[in-house]
Order: sequence, then structure tokens, then C-alpha cells
Amino acid sequence: MDKFDWLAVGAKAGFIVLVLLQVVPIMVWVERRGSALMQNRLGPNRVGPLGLFQSLADVLKFLWKEEGAPGHVERFYYLLAPLVSLVPAFMTFAAVPFASSIMIGDRLVQFQIADLNVGILYIFAIASLGVYGIIMAGWASNSKYTMLGSLRSSSQMISYELSMGLSVIGIIMTFSSVKLGDIARLQGETLLQLGSLSIPKWGILIQPLGFLIFLVAAFAETNRLPFDLPEGESEIVAGYHLEYGGMKFALFMMAEYLNMTTASAVISTLYFGGWQLLPGMTALLSWAQEALHLSGMGAEALRVGFEMASFGIKVGFFMWFFVWVRWTLPRFRYDQLMDLGWKVMLPLSLVNIFVTGLMVYYGWI
Amino acid sequence: MLVKKKKGVLQELYLIEIIKGLFITLKNLFFAKKVTIQYPEERRNYSDRFRGMHYIKATNGVENCTACMLCPTVCPAECIHIEAGERDDKEKYPVKFEIDLLRCCFCGMCEEACPKDAIKLSNIYEMSTTHREVYEKSFLLEQRGGK
Repeated sequence: MDKFDWLAVGAKAGFIVLVLLQVVPIMVWVERRGSALMQNRLGPNRVGPLGLFQSLADVLKFLWKEEGAPGHVERFYYLLAPLVSLVPAFMTFAAVPFASSIMIGDRLVQFQIADLNVGILYIFAIASLGVYGIIMAGWASNSKYTMLGSLRSSSQMISYELSMGLSVIGIIMTFSSVKLGDIARLQGETLLQLGSLSIPKWGILIQPLGFLIFLVAAFAETNRLPFDLPEGESEIVAGYHLEYGGMKFALFMMAEYLNMTTASAVISTLYFGGWQLLPGMTALLSWAQEALHLSGMGAEALRVGFEMASFGIKVGFFMWFFVWVRWTLPRFRYDQLMDLGWKVMLPLSLVNIFVTGLMVYYGWI
Repeated sequence: MLVKKKKGVLQELYLIEIIKGLFITLKNLFFAKKVTIQYPEERRNYSDRFRGMHYIKATNGVENCTACMLCPTVCPAECIHIEAGERDDKEKYPVKFEIDLLRCCFCGMCEEACPKDAIKLSNIYEMSTTHREVYEKSFLLEQRGGK
């Protein structure tokens, strides 16, 4: 690694962290306004245009809150837990490609912080680290309710991580790579040619079942409704973050939304072509390049911009989907959750692997 | 009795039902009428029988009250304090008429008991203050209307 590489990695990491930090308040606003509108209310609409600055006001409030910890907690782990759940949420994004590559001078720059050769495995490893924060918070808070919340969280993770990992194997088999960069690039290939219309080889078209399992497991992984058993006002007061207040609580909330973002990014990368342009955007791109008389570097930069926009739209849609589902479906009961995880999702993901294996063997995909 | 509804295969799968549900929430998001009353700009309309802030009705600038003491007698919260006096034309009138708002439970019995149609409960419901409020006669004599 020379100076250029360091600079490139630093710039990419800085960009991602900045974007992720901006995403959280916006998502909180989307969640609050969206839920309100779905329930025929209006939601926060006073602070700033359309209430967009409400999150800023909330953050200010969180910052000014009294910084105290209950006397019965295990202080070191109690303070560590929010960080342990927040940091992996940021880290997961490192392996996600958000655009294809560009030549700067004679150097190839990948729009991915780290093109790891373990790719998706890294994401799973780090994403499951996040649950340690929750368990740590529950345990260190030294209270019944937080304990129960974190226990639920860990058992939920175990049941759903399994089918999540297995559902991705189908994708890995079809693209014979675990590198997310490769997976995103290979999804640009043509699956079917219908006249002039070419259907790209997006993951959802070859792995519809795998996508469904991954989607459901992603909801469970991010502790979002209908699988938000670690929290539950009526049963365990608040769940694992019961003893936390002020900014420490806000960190847990940030981690939740960041996990949501990462899950959306991974879903779009694995099953929706990642940075591959959305249908119609290719024509728009070539039109824009023509209209602006761009060639060489400028055209390339525009292409990267379009790819980032395409990726952003996909991720944005899934983040909205997380919110949408949350305010539509009722929660699962705990045994139903376990039933779904072990008796439905796990066999289905095994079937998916088997079918994919056959398809790969006979060369259908 | 618990009646088990028969479900088809598609309903057992839940997926289609979930998608239907998603579109119901989306329909609500975009098209349903929102029920929120945006308070300082819009206000809820209460009925005419609403019991809010008190006032003493006056005719030609003179209060209707004759200090008959029926309202402090009937008041369950004992929040009305009246000191009676005599006018030049030998008519009885309240020298002092105070309502301790913190004690008042807005039952409206004073209004019902009053033979002179003097004490009234208006439609005004914004009465929050930063100190212990005792309404005095001069304040109560402002004709707040409503009834």
C-alpha cells in the first residue's frame, strides 16, 4: 500500500461513515413520520421543514440528559456495551461495494472500502458481533428485564443466523465467489435475452426462495418488527436497553438503524445487483453523457455517480421496506418465532441449497 | 366459542396476505384522512355544555350575583369564597368573590345551583399557569361568554 491507496481507502471510509451518520437521523424521521401517516396521524412536523430537524432536536436532548448509571450495574461492561453494538454496525459496511471501479491515472480504484476475499463471511462475522453488545448490555445491567431481553436476542440470533447463512450459500454457489464485488459485478450479466430486452442476472431472479429467507432472517437479525422480541414494553418493560439513558441509549438506537442500513445494502448487493444500474438508467446515463459531451474521465465519473445513485435507490427502498413492514405486521409470539426459524426457514434454506446445487450441476444457471 | 376459520393454502403461506397488508398501510399513508388536530392553529370544538373557566354574568355592567351563598354551599371542593355586602340601594352583593382554581373540580354544580344565573362555566379550557391561581371578582366579571 502506497500513499495513493491509503488516501483512497481513507476517503472511501470517511465517505461511508459520513453517509451512514446522516442516514440515521433521516431514518428516524422517516420512521416517525411514516408510522404516523400510516396510523392516520401527522407525526413530528414542527421542527424545520416537514419536521426534518426533529432528529437534531432529539440528539441535542440526548446530549443534555443527565449522564448517570444505576448503582447495581457492572460499570465497565455497562459502558462498553453501546459501543460494542455500534461499532460492528459501522464495520459491516466495509465490504459492501457501492459502485464499480474507476481508473484514476493508471490506478484502478474500487468503490468498496475493502475488497476482502472472504467478503460475505466477513459481513456475517461482524454482524453477529453486534449481538454481543446486546447480550453485554443485558447482562451488565444486572436486572431481570434486561437479562430476559438479551437472552431472547441471543437465541433469536442463533436461530436466524443459521438460515441466513444457509440462504446465502445459494448465491455463493451460482456466482462461485464470496467476494461481494464479484457478486455485484456478475449480476450484470444477461440471464435471458428477450429480443432487445435483456434481463440481468440479478440474485432475486435466480434465487427467489433464498431472497425470501434472507429477507426474513435480516429482519430477525436487525431486531426489527415483527421479530423485535428483545424489546417489548408489555413483557419486559424495554428489553436490553432498559437501564440506559441519554446518549448511551441513543447509541443503541443508532446501532439498530445502522444495522438496518447494512442489511438493506447487503440485500441489494446480493439479490438486486448492487450498484448495477436500474432498468432504464443505462439509457439515461448514455443520454446524459451525450448531452453533456462527456468523454473519458468525465463520462466515467458520471457512470460512477449513476451507479452510486442506483445503489442508493435500492438501499433506500429496502430501508423504507423495513419501516413499512414494521408498521404493518403484528409481532410474533416467542414460540412462533422459534417455530418459524427452526421448522420453516431452516428446512427451506436447505431445500434451496439442494435445488441450487442441482441447477448448477445441470448448468441451468 | 373459538371458531377456527378455514384457511386456504395461500393464506397459510401468509406471504400474499402480508403483501395485501402492506398495501393497506400504504393506502392509509397516502390517502386516509389524518385525524391529528394541530393544536395552536386548530382547536377541538367542544359542546356548549363544556365546563371550563368560570365567570360571573353581569347585566348592564352590574353582576347578577346577590351573594346568596348557594354556590359555596353546594360546591363539593369548597373552592368558592364569598363575602357579602350591602349596596346603597339595600341590595346584597358580593364584596369579595374568589374561586380557588386549584381546588375546583369543574363539576358545574355552582352553575346549577345559582338562582340568579350569575356564576357560569365558559368554554375556555386553556387555564394552565405557573402559580396558584385564585380568581378574583374583577377577573371573574370579565364576560367570557360562551353561554
